[in-house]
Amino acid sequence: MNNLMWAALDSHVIAKRNIIKIKRVPEILMFVLISPIMFVLLFAYVFGDSIVIPGGSYREFLIGGIFAQTVVFGATFTGAGLADDMQKGIISRFRSLPMNRAAVLVGRTASDVIYNVLSLFIMALTGLIVGWRINEGFVSAFFGFALLLAFAYAFSWVMAYVGLLVPSVEVINNAAFVVIFPLTFVANTFVPAENLPGVLRTFAEWNPVSAVTQAARELFGNIPPGTPEPTVWPLENAVLYTIIWIVVIIAIFAPLAVHRYSKPG
Amino acid sequence: MSAIIEAVGLAKYYKEVKALDGLDLSVPEGTILGLLGPNGAGKTTAVNILTTLIRPNAGSATVAGANVLTQPGKVRKRIGLSGQFAAVDENLTGFENLDMIGRLYHLGRDTARTRSRELLDRFDLADAADRPVKTYSGGMRRRLDLAGAIVAEPPVLFLDEPTTGLDPRSRTDMWGVIRDLVGKGTTLLLTTQYLEEADQLADDIVVIDHGKEIAHGTADELKAMIGGERVEVTVVSADTIGGAREILARFSGGEVQINERARKLVAPMSGGSEEFRHVLRDLEGAGIAVYDVGMRRPTLDDVFLTLTGHIAESEEAPEPAGVQS
Repeated sequence: MNNLMWAALDSHVIAKRNIIKIKRVPEILMFVLISPIMFVLLFAYVFGDSIVIPGGSYREFLIGGIFAQTVVFGATFTGAGLADDMQKGIISRFRSLPMNRAAVLVGRTASDVIYNVLSLFIMALTGLIVGWRINEGFVSAFFGFALLLAFAYAFSWVMAYVGLLVPSVEVINNAAFVVIFPLTFVANTFVPAENLPGVLRTFAEWNPVSAVTQAARELFGNIPPGTPEPTVWPLENAVLYTIIWIVVIIAIFAPLAVHRYSKPG
Repeated sequence: MSAIIEAVGLAKYYKEVKALDGLDLSVPEGTILGLLGPNGAGKTTAVNILTTLIRPNAGSATVAGANVLTQPGKVRKRIGLSGQFAAVDENLTGFENLDMIGRLYHLGRDTARTRSRELLDRFDLADAADRPVKTYSGGMRRRLDLAGAIVAEPPVLFLDEPTTGLDPRSRTDMWGVIRDLVGKGTTLLLTTQYLEEADQLADDIVVIDHGKEIAHGTADELKAMIGGERVEVTVVSADTIGGAREILARFSGGEVQINERARKLVAPMSGGSEEFRHVLRDLEGAGIAVYDVGMRRPTLDDVFLTLTGHIAESEEAPEPAGVQS
């Protein structure tokens, strides 16, 4: 068999191992699912009436942002899982085996997609309950979810790399916070980017999280008529800009992470 | 016999610390080499280099005919590693752990399954095979980890402190398992902090300290070097230390170590229990009152005291390996 076949088989073995963990430790899954529900309810009911979106309902506007934020946060699991395996010596064992050098990372990022699928599902349900609607047809909505998942997948490679750099799980959770918080809040996730001042506005307009949020809103039909059209390229071409980011992130961070994993200390 | 593990001048530096400082090793096929030393002596570093996990700053090594630096993939196919901490997945069952490792050795699905069941039987884990490892005791985890290292029946095996942290019974069980393995022709490099363990298992022992070899020989040769068993005497009054010392020196071939504050004297002695009785008799005859007198096997500390003149410097105090007798 050739290398690619072994890469696929080994990755499958690793992914299977991670999925068993999801089944055996349901507490993790529970918290993965509870926090997006909390976010939806919190923003819908606490801020929902104070934030006014020109021409539409804040709740409709909000859900796209929560989706994007949650899947980006979900990437932390990839890094935390790897950091945990490192700490417990499991990565050392894998590294001493004649298995494919990319398989631990490919298997891990693949199995972590499950968390995001489930959390998107739960969030969509919660959203529907609080008044969010899909107004663009199901094919378009399907692409919306697929784009969110692909973005999350790309981001999990960033966190995989970070997970291999840090000495422990505690560090990754804090490190992730430092990266993810500005990315998800200095964006159009919770307020329109145009409302932000100066530099923050520029950052928000070019921020890939804004683009994926904008793309999701477009594909779900959550942009009410009368909303001012975006005036910057990334938000005018949100779907394309998001896809470019997905490709670029994977092209940079997948080789970086694999190199880091296979490099002997 | 040709050497199946051969290392020349291995060195590894971490900033100012010399983890390994020019270590040579040569292990003939089908034998056990014991790498003996305190914590921080460089044992794990040596194992990590030979198993391709880290690269040395200097030196070279071949394992089972493959160069660890230039052919790491080939090395990995021919070795099994069981690290210092049982690297088993707590959420998987014992069977799932072994099956996974077997698949990653590319054994094929059916072979991996059969081998896993076989090993679980052999390591006395059959009853626990389908329980998550979370529920296993420390000794069971270690056995499972060792089973993982031999799923693919590699010709060369590395065990890094396989019994550290185990209770005495589990340790004895583990020794049995290890002896069994090597009876089947596997070559083994074993690291340990316990002189007794190296004595029980290894054909050849290399004692290392600060990344360097300080002694090398068979267990018997090392024992001859350090002079057999130890007699330990704790006297009641500090005034009698001198007298006790004279008595011990009369029977001992080596130097009598004295700890003034603890009023404790230690001397090597090779005459067995008869000589020990003479020591007791003479102490009584001289009217020296003692709190405690005992004979024990030499420990790593004794080896270091004899070979280097200082006690083994480890970050954590090693557990005493000697059995009080």
